Amino acid sequence: MSIRLLKAVLMKIGFWALVALLVCYAVFPFYYAVITSLKPSSALFQIDYWINHVDLSNYAAVLSQSSFVQSIWNSILVAFCVVGISLTLGLTAAYALGRVRFRGRGAVLMIVLGVSMFPQVAVLSGLFEVIRTLNLYNTPWGLVLSYTIFTLPFTVWILTTFMRQLPGELEEAAIMDGATPWVTLVHVFMPLMWPAMATTGLLAFIAAWNEFLFALTFTLTDSQRTVPVGIALISGGSQYELPWGMIMAASVIVTVPLVVLVIIFQRRIVSGLTAGAVKG
Amino acid sequence: MSFAAKSRPTEPGAYNQPAPRGRSTRVRRQRVRAAWLFLTPMLIVLALVAGWPLLRTFWFSVTDATLNSMEGANFIGFENYLIHDAGGWYGLLADPEWWNAVWNTLYFTGVSVGLESVLGIIVALVLNAEFRGRTLVRAAILIPWAIPTIVSAKIWAWMLNDQFGILNHLFMTLGLIDAPLAWTADASLSMWAVIMVDVWKATPFVALLVLAALQMLPSDCYEAAKVDGISPLKVFFRVTLPLIMPALLVAIIFRALDALRVFDVIYVLTSNSSSTMTMSVYARQQLVEFQDVGYGSAASTLLFLIIALVSIAYLYLGRRQLGGDT
Repeated sequence: MSIRLLKAVLMKIGFWALVALLVCYAVFPFYYAVITSLKPSSALFQIDYWINHVDLSNYAAVLSQSSFVQSIWNSILVAFCVVGISLTLGLTAAYALGRVRFRGRGAVLMIVLGVSMFPQVAVLSGLFEVIRTLNLYNTPWGLVLSYTIFTLPFTVWILTTFMRQLPGELEEAAIMDGATPWVTLVHVFMPLMWPAMATTGLLAFIAAWNEFLFALTFTLTDSQRTVPVGIALISGGSQYELPWGMIMAASVIVTVPLVVLVIIFQRRIVSGLTAGAVKG
Repeated sequence: MSFAAKSRPTEPGAYNQPAPRGRSTRVRRQRVRAAWLFLTPMLIVLALVAGWPLLRTFWFSVTDATLNSMEGANFIGFENYLIHDAGGWYGLLADPEWWNAVWNTLYFTGVSVGLESVLGIIVALVLNAEFRGRTLVRAAILIPWAIPTIVSAKIWAWMLNDQFGILNHLFMTLGLIDAPLAWTADASLSMWAVIMVDVWKATPFVALLVLAALQMLPSDCYEAAKVDGISPLKVFFRVTLPLIMPALLVAIIFRALDALRVFDVIYVLTSNSSSTMTMSVYARQQLVEFQDVGYGSAASTLLFLIIALVSIAYLYLGRRQLGGDT
């Protein structure tokens, strides 16, 4: 009996050690970025595992760069516009795909799924041409347009999945009353779709906030960049003396909103990710 | 709000839709018309940002287009892909750099997706156990997924710094290495540095998908196994793994598609070093830095075809999951 007890205790210790290890592995790099960002440049090259300094000079330095502040605004603008467009187009498409049975529905779903698998670089030259033709090169609007290539497919996909689960009686009543499909969508379904829209909106926001390849290729000047590009291009006197303190401060600034969003909305994000992927 | 996790099997029969009986065809026709009207904006946008650009990329790949003269490009056949000229073979298919990029991409995909699957299953099994603070642990595990790829690449670049990096310090303190390693500069290590970052960032995604599958498993077969005194390891390989296999496969395919087109981690961590250059990095270098749109488009086209093959295989396997009336 005592051996069994010992075994149970050991199992428990082992389990908690594993949990601690996983949490450390997941959190440590970000924690280390925070520590580094709080160091004065004199202490940058000594290695600390704990917060020994609270020095905000790196943050002050980053935020005094007008191009970095501008890139934050650009990122916010782009991300919100992408979310708005994706949700609007995604919701109407999801109504059609989720509630109406018609020829070609399977084909449209296939197209949407296919686009979500596109490698971004495969459309790079063509999209560059489209953006230049529309006079959107080196503007946030070019990025808004190009980001729909990856946000729209999963928005449509997840919203369609949610739309299908709503009971049919609701719509039946609306149709009996002679409501048009548009009225049905706006007044019957939209109020019920808010949770799903919040989920997909969050995922689209994160995807747009983090995108790099298009942002790097379709913008040229400092004032039009988004934060990932801004951070990637922070440089010092030479390749070997990067201002790590500033880079880490900038990283923390752009990541904290996301980490907060994830912690607050983790259930929603998890359900969105699994709905999108398990179904698609 | 976890209804999504339970929503997987959508049989065509379970389709929630008003029954057509007793309704005039006029209403039905109106609904179908409205459906297409509702779909049109989305289809137009997708055609503009995906369909048309893809066709243009195909076209550019058989022209001599450069970044400054994309409109005035001339058709040159398959010269970008392969040409026999002056006693030698030239073009993409004869370029050792390209094949190096292909190999790097496949190697990166295989190793990182493999590691992510194993780690993801372990994380999911831990999160599936009942313990205090599980929600908090799950949130912590999600953090790497939410951090922008560029930021995680920068953080890891700093942690992997050859002189001042904490990882070298830690490994030396533990006695694992004698001298600091140049993780991102050393050609034999840089691929592993990239894989390390990708695994760190993408494992949460795999873990969440596997966790969703674990939570849908029936508990009765576990009780039966427990009563029979079968070892947990055996239960995992004989019962759990086969049951979560469909979800794991979906996660693996999603991750593989992402890994095959990997760009940003590598661009930030090791820039254009040939020891980590992947197909996307190669294609972008040709397109933007060398301004050779024709040649770069040829590389993009080949990458597209490779990914399309993987996607078609997946769609074929998952066809039944699409539900409805194809």
